[in-house]
Amino acid sequence: MSIWEYANPLKFMGWTAPLVPVLSVLAAVALSVGLIWGYFFTPDDYRMGASVKIIYIHVPSAMMAINAWAMMLVASLIWIVRRHHVSALAAKAAAPIGMVMTVIALITGAIWGQPMWGTWWAWDPRLTSFLILFLFYIGYMAMWAAIENPDTAADLTSVLCLVGSVFAILSRYAVNFWNQGLHQGASLSMDAEENVADVFWVPLLVAIAGFVLLFVALVLVRTRTEIRARRLHAIVARERMG
Amino acid sequence: MIRLLLRDIVLAVRAGGGFGLGLAFFLIVTVLVPFGVGPEADLLSRIAPGILWVGALLSCLLSLDRIFQLDFEDGTLDLLATAPIPMEGVVAVKALAHWLTTGLPLVLAAPVFGVLLNLPGPGYVWLVASLALGTPALSMIGAFGAALTVGLKRGGLLLSLLVLPLYVPTLIYGTEVARRGAEGLDLGAPIALLAGITLAALALLPFAAAAAIRVNLR
Repeated sequence: MSIWEYANPLKFMGWTAPLVPVLSVLAAVALSVGLIWGYFFTPDDYRMGASVKIIYIHVPSAMMAINAWAMMLVASLIWIVRRHHVSALAAKAAAPIGMVMTVIALITGAIWGQPMWGTWWAWDPRLTSFLILFLFYIGYMAMWAAIENPDTAADLTSVLCLVGSVFAILSRYAVNFWNQGLHQGASLSMDAEENVADVFWVPLLVAIAGFVLLFVALVLVRTRTEIRARRLHAIVARERMG
Repeated sequence: MIRLLLRDIVLAVRAGGGFGLGLAFFLIVTVLVPFGVGPEADLLSRIAPGILWVGALLSCLLSLDRIFQLDFEDGTLDLLATAPIPMEGVVAVKALAHWLTTGLPLVLAAPVFGVLLNLPGPGYVWLVASLALGTPALSMIGAFGAALTVGLKRGGLLLSLLVLPLYVPTLIYGTEVARRGAEGLDLGAPIALLAGITLAALALLPFAAAAAIRVNLR
């Protein structure tokens, strides 16, 4: 019994069926607790006022935007190495979610940036690299949409994901070189001297957990949909032959 | 492999190969920019390195779909795949042919277009140097994008969507070299990084592109 048995589509459908509602409820609870706590039961920041509260959506969505791509990278690698179809479909399923997370991070950032920096958009390294990440997501999804044969599509998008990851990281550091930023540094790292104060941090962690759970639940739901669509496709093809 | 290189160059240069189209496009972009931003000399000389780099990048993009598309359609690529040379070599040679017929003319023509945009005196050397260093990376990355989309009926638009984000680092370091050169600043760091990107692309991307072509020929 190896871990790869769970990647069998039939088994996958079996063990994810009870997991999806549990994860969805957990995500809903964590998100409501995190957001309501964050929005109504934390003090306003002495410099930023109430606008600081957008952090409870901005930071988790930005983290998920990057982690979704990392998950797609791992899933693509598994597809290339072990050729598990569920893995390729999971990568396909995660892409639109990651793209939406990127958009949420960009929009909430703009809303926060308008009163704070006095501008909706600045060519700051972090903002720019998120915009580039958004373009990568679009290209990846367009690639999936353009190719009819599912195996060819899975192969080519996996190669694109691998190469794209390298170039995404390169771009991240290239834009750093290109322009100095307005964006503050990381405020959640474990080793930093100065972090966000605990009053803000605890609800933020809950909100991040909520976003992670939401992401996992959505990916599972979408992967299940893809598997069903694949089956339907096979049935239709068989009917046409017979 | 040398025969393949010569064949690709001949096909590109002869009528219908689109040779010179990239150069003409580069010229048109360079001419259109002053219409868009106004003819003030200092403004133009400030943005000249960036405009020339973006123009070179776009004209490079224009001819990318020709790298593999025609050979894929008439079956040459299938023959090349069964030939005793590795597919990685075929990809590298085709990228080289693309660079010789598109990138190199752009590099040589760029100083002339620099005059149109009032590029400052010391900028010419570094503009040519940065383009000469950077355009091989553009050709190689473009060959990878072309390999991904070769099996598609209308891959052109998707090709640009895939390739342009991949061009970002090359563009950043390339314009940085040209800009710092034009302003007489120290440019050791960007030129090293630009060369690094080009060398890494030449070393690694043939494998990715060859994998994509094998998938498309399956």
